[in-house]
Amino acid sequence: MNGMKHTKGFWLSIVLAVVIGIVIQFLINGEILDSFYTNTLYLIGINIILAVSLHLIIGITGQFSIGHAGFLAVGAYTSAIITMKLGMPFPVAIIVAGIVAAIAGLIIGIPTLRLRGDYLAIATLGFGEIMRIIFLNMNYVGGASGMSVTHMVTWPWVISCVIITIVVITNFTNSRHGRACIAIRENEIAADAMGINTTFYKVVAFVIGAFFAGVAGALYAHNFYIIQPTNFGFLKSFDILILVVLGGLGSMSGAVIAAILLTIISTYLSNYPEVRMVIYSLVLIVMMLFRPQGLMGTKEITAFFKVGKTAKGGVQNDKHTVA
Amino acid sequence: MTSTPLLKVEKAGIRFGGLKAVSDVNLELNKGELVGLIGPNGAGKTTFFNLLTGVYVPTEGSISLEGEKLNGQAPYKITKKGISRTFQNIRLFGELSVLDNVKVAYHSLSKHSILSSIFRLPSHFSGEREMHEKAIEFLKIFKLETVMNEKAKNLPYGQQRRLEIARALAAGPKLLLLDEPAAGMNPQETAELMELIALIRERFQLTILLIEHDMSLVMGICERIYVLDHGQLIAEGTPEEIRNNPKVIEAYLGEEVS
Amino acid sequence: MEQLIQQIVNGISLGSIYALIALGYTMVYGIVKLINFAHGDVFMVGAFIGFYSISYFHLGIFPALIISMAACAVFGMLIERIAYKPLRNATRIAALITAIGVSLFIEYGTIYLRGAQPQAYPNVVPLHDLKIFGVVISGQSILILAVSIILMVLLQFIVHRTKIGKAMRAVSHDMDAAKLMGINVNNTISATFAIGSALAGAAGVIFGMYYTTIDPLMGIIPGLKAFVAAVLGGIGIIPGAMVGGLLLGVIESFVSAAGFSLWRDGVAFVVLILILLLRPAGLFGKNVKEKV
Repeated sequence: MNGMKHTKGFWLSIVLAVVIGIVIQFLINGEILDSFYTNTLYLIGINIILAVSLHLIIGITGQFSIGHAGFLAVGAYTSAIITMKLGMPFPVAIIVAGIVAAIAGLIIGIPTLRLRGDYLAIATLGFGEIMRIIFLNMNYVGGASGMSVTHMVTWPWVISCVIITIVVITNFTNSRHGRACIAIRENEIAADAMGINTTFYKVVAFVIGAFFAGVAGALYAHNFYIIQPTNFGFLKSFDILILVVLGGLGSMSGAVIAAILLTIISTYLSNYPEVRMVIYSLVLIVMMLFRPQGLMGTKEITAFFKVGKTAKGGVQNDKHTVA
Repeated sequence: MTSTPLLKVEKAGIRFGGLKAVSDVNLELNKGELVGLIGPNGAGKTTFFNLLTGVYVPTEGSISLEGEKLNGQAPYKITKKGISRTFQNIRLFGELSVLDNVKVAYHSLSKHSILSSIFRLPSHFSGEREMHEKAIEFLKIFKLETVMNEKAKNLPYGQQRRLEIARALAAGPKLLLLDEPAAGMNPQETAELMELIALIRERFQLTILLIEHDMSLVMGICERIYVLDHGQLIAEGTPEEIRNNPKVIEAYLGEEVS
Repeated sequence: MEQLIQQIVNGISLGSIYALIALGYTMVYGIVKLINFAHGDVFMVGAFIGFYSISYFHLGIFPALIISMAACAVFGMLIERIAYKPLRNATRIAALITAIGVSLFIEYGTIYLRGAQPQAYPNVVPLHDLKIFGVVISGQSILILAVSIILMVLLQFIVHRTKIGKAMRAVSHDMDAAKLMGINVNNTISATFAIGSALAGAAGVIFGMYYTTIDPLMGIIPGLKAFVAAVLGGIGIIPGAMVGGLLLGVIESFVSAAGFSLWRDGVAFVVLILILLLRPAGLFGKNVKEKV
């Protein structure tokens, strides 16, 4: 892995993303893409952010956190309070949502990340539920009936948040810090023995993941007109988990692809929600039985574009082995 | 010349519930020594290593490195203080490349912060470049630079063992603990390993404590040997002394007979 | 004082249901180290089978109970064979994810087949309420207590006095050694799932009778709470699950009675967090360190 410079693949992806972003904006302005498509696009963007943020926690650092929807809730409600109750502008809401979610991540992470495997999973599930129940009992934000939120999301917001999320997490991963996290995933005891403060990095990954889930929450809240505690239960956490798992644990491009595909599929199946869940769950089971490494395994999409280069052989290999 | 020993272990022990896995162990290592730790299976040798590296906290006694007490410190801090180890069952970072495995060892020696990496500041680039160059140079010493981009899990067993040692060394320790480095090796590989150990000791000014079952290796390169049985020290001395020590013979024979 | 006892009675009734479900979790975890996320849904299936037995086949409670337990036993064994056995040597995360998948499949499969609407349970409890010292113990409570006690005693008998019980204990202690001793590990695991699922099925029928309403997603929250109960008692330890279930039921009743009913679901999770942070091995558990 080369943290020294970004490879051409990385810059290409950024340029591509910006170009796509601009093209889509034109399509929206020209009303070629109607609200059905734009809504789907916003949802794709939100799900990409969620998937990538969870990927950092589970895929890169190996911490099996299945309460991610809790951070989504914190971000959503925080942003809603900022705009609806405090009358501040949307960008402030987004940033504050991320920060508050990050703080929640810190508070939850420090005690729970001492646990391993199954216990960590259940603890995060528990905390996710606790966060939901807290909002359920908060009359200030509408309790069980929820809170209505003005629609403020536009395409530029979505695409910029997506790009920022991906860039930040990629940069983190392709550095000694990301390596430390992967070392923890691969063999925590050895990582300890190599001088890595494993608790610190587990918490850092958790906090960064929570931050971006909070950002996604802000986008979510200002896109769906109303937020209710029932939106943020563990079924939502499982939805996000499925994205990361199907994409391949350890592959960020896998998470992105899975987010895009599954959002599109579930949008088309939205008239048949039970069918969607039955299919989802079957796919999950079948995946784990026959292809547990998901779509991409731990590879990144840039690996597929390197076929020509490896033929030259060589010591200086700028293949991203991680992201 | 008596100087403070590099490692001083006094009456160290640990009990798990009712079981005393290690008790009343006294051990001293002077700078530059190559010392062996042997004993029958289950004697507590790896447990002792775990005590030294902070994986377990001693329930009795003290462990000091260059006069500084290490008891109860977190493993990563003990590594920073200068103790590094390999594992009985290889614990490489399988999905990371060979080069990355070594780079991980440089982690605590690098300084560029998380923010500098996220925002790709100059300190990130210079820090990463330094790690990269140092790691490659290091791999060359161990003749692993040819496979530096292979995933560690894809290496053949012998190279994995070498990488495990290389990685432990990259952390820049004063004291290196090797846990059965020759496990699974044939005589030729073992001979190469002995040369490697002698070489790194010389080159890196190391003090080495070595757990091994392969007696040819132990008797061949160790200057002194400690013998552990049922968690306690039963003998200490030169290879010659140990070879003829009746208690040691009994400990090993007793294991075979039962 | 009567209030107090009343709450305790309520708590024990609720707790018995948790205990019955928790037993399945703890036995399965003890033997294959898997958190069977689908277990709560077996509980739900049991409730529905009981319902159909009573409503459509006009059976009495006890036949319905037996049928439900038998059907759930088979169901549990099927799930294990199809979805969990192939992953016995896979990573824990893979097994956990599969369990989540099975759980979702059962829930939404049921919704797909009969819709998500709740179903009223027919009131067929033949017992009358009991009034002792000013405390009313409903007929349902008596039934729950009676059935739970009988089942738990039966379970203890099976685990400690039968061959299969011995095999279960051996396999949960050391699977490889048990194999070497000639124990058929696959059958033992199947039996464990069968027994645990049967208990969950019984809990489902009892739940239906006590709360008189069932729905396809009813297994999620009680399932999670029962899991917490199992952890509370010490995961893998059978008496622990019983004690944990009862304890959790009583705590929950008290919290609800104290006026915090919206938080009652939160109680279990708070208990969970506290246990995991303060005493992860649970009330009866021992701490096992990972071998380095």
